[in-house]
Amino acid sequence: MSLAADQVRRLARLARIAIRPEESETVLASLNRVLGLIDQMRAVDTSGVEPMAHALDAKASVAQRLRPDAVTETDQRELFQSVAPAVERGLYLVPKVIE
Amino acid sequence: MAWEVVVGIETHAQLLTRSKAFSGASTAFGAAPNTQACAVDIALPGVLPVANRATVEHAIRFGLAIRAEIRRRSIYARKNYFYPDLPKGYQISQYEQPIVQGGELKIIVEGREKSIRLTRAHLEEDAGKSLHEDFHGLTGIDLNRAGTPLLEVVSEPDLRGAQEAVAYARALHALVVWIGICDGNMQEGSFRCDANVSVRRAGDANLGTRCEIKNLNSFRFMERAIEYEARRQIALIEDGGRVEQETRLYDPERDETRSMRTKEEAHDYRYFPDPDLLPLVVSEEDIEAIRRSLPELPAARRDRFAREYGLTPHEAGFVAASRAAADYFEALVKASGAEARLCANWQMGELAAALNQDEIEISKSKVPAKDLAGLLGRIADGTLSGKLAKEVFDAMWAGEGAADAIIEKRGLRQISDAGAIEKLVEEVLAANPKQVEDYRAGKEKAFNSLVGQVMKATKGKANPTQVTEILRRKLAR
Repeated sequence: MSLAADQVRRLARLARIAIRPEESETVLASLNRVLGLIDQMRAVDTSGVEPMAHALDAKASVAQRLRPDAVTETDQRELFQSVAPAVERGLYLVPKVIE
Repeated sequence: MAWEVVVGIETHAQLLTRSKAFSGASTAFGAAPNTQACAVDIALPGVLPVANRATVEHAIRFGLAIRAEIRRRSIYARKNYFYPDLPKGYQISQYEQPIVQGGELKIIVEGREKSIRLTRAHLEEDAGKSLHEDFHGLTGIDLNRAGTPLLEVVSEPDLRGAQEAVAYARALHALVVWIGICDGNMQEGSFRCDANVSVRRAGDANLGTRCEIKNLNSFRFMERAIEYEARRQIALIEDGGRVEQETRLYDPERDETRSMRTKEEAHDYRYFPDPDLLPLVVSEEDIEAIRRSLPELPAARRDRFAREYGLTPHEAGFVAASRAAADYFEALVKASGAEARLCANWQMGELAAALNQDEIEISKSKVPAKDLAGLLGRIADGTLSGKLAKEVFDAMWAGEGAADAIIEKRGLRQISDAGAIEKLVEEVLAANPKQVEDYRAGKEKAFNSLVGQVMKATKGKANPTQVTEILRRKLAR
């Protein structure tokens, strides 16, 4: 399995990563090396092995811990917004986005 | 050529919790912007989500109520997309293995019951809110809603037309409120629906290409949006065109749907299991404990009302439309000692009209069940005629006090003293020889006029049944 140049452009757009035209070949090559590794792993016979959803998933005893439904956080807006580039009336301001 | 309109509904129900799905920030509605958005919600580096037990219990409660399979092990997944009100760059959701799989919801359309299959229901978190107006070309972001727990409920395309779709949405709304997992407040966005609409020629086995309609934040808009969209698709196909799979937005001002994005622009969410969260495992004991805590469910209660109180399916469906309404009805029957049918008629008639008029919920009725019971008791024991009872009800609604006090104060007690009525009837007969003659000549209208005279003489307080009976007897001579 390997990628074509236009797939790399699409992936870059989905990941919001800017790739300069002169970089695209290098990126394509590195991604294809990663895919090569995946191909190698895919070649292993995993029939009869239950797919895992998590690295710790192999043990049946390991499961998501749940917390009680209680409010434990206090308002730290002032602290959080002290590092925000732009804030107004309690809102974070970002460049205009409209879908 | 007849067309069939096929609809499937996706619903986001905000789960009723104190804290968020994966953080300890409050979910209370209406707080000042960003005062309920903690480090986890705004995705500061290094934070980790911890799942809220109440969200899992609510999902199980829902699954049991729709007789679905509860997955003993389900997986949290990341749904990736970029938008400023989604600070992590992904939404925590469930994808391949949702906690609730399958199930069914019974709806009633035109007095007929229909079972709608559900595909799944999964846990996820809400995004924040973007405010596009009024920030000199910038967008304002409020992350209070970010991380609020949602249950996304997906139906199969089993619904036919706008009316069934709305009946389904209403039934689902009633159920989530009934079992206490959602407050159902549509104005505040606690219950939001998208509709997948397609059309096909009657008898066609394959489904047509569907469009997803967003922004259906009321049942009325849902009905109008689906009707508009079906008309649009049918016209398109009849003109030789093809429906493109796309997302469309309903604009209630113009009563139309508009294209938001086509399939080509559709998101590629690149779901994968969230490495920050382990598989969600629920035990048999948890499920059984929740099963035991479930209240009697809407369909069961409706059936019992029909059986136990002799109500028609329509009446039972109405008085059991919500848990609050059903509780009201049972309290009314119990306290009034009146016929259940009389109670149902009053709840569906005078009470429903007054609630509608003032736009209030039955749980906040100005005339609570025990007060209405006091009034119905006076109809049952013959103190009041139906007409007088309506007058008393209006006075009760206006806050004038209990039924007995109003009856006393206004002197509305029905005259059931046979001697007194007989005397009045004789007076009326003596004063109206013409009508008496007409009646004896076979004119039934004359009889009604005589009844009217007696009622008028008593200001409507004579027991109408007795008046009719005595009049017939006297005239028969």
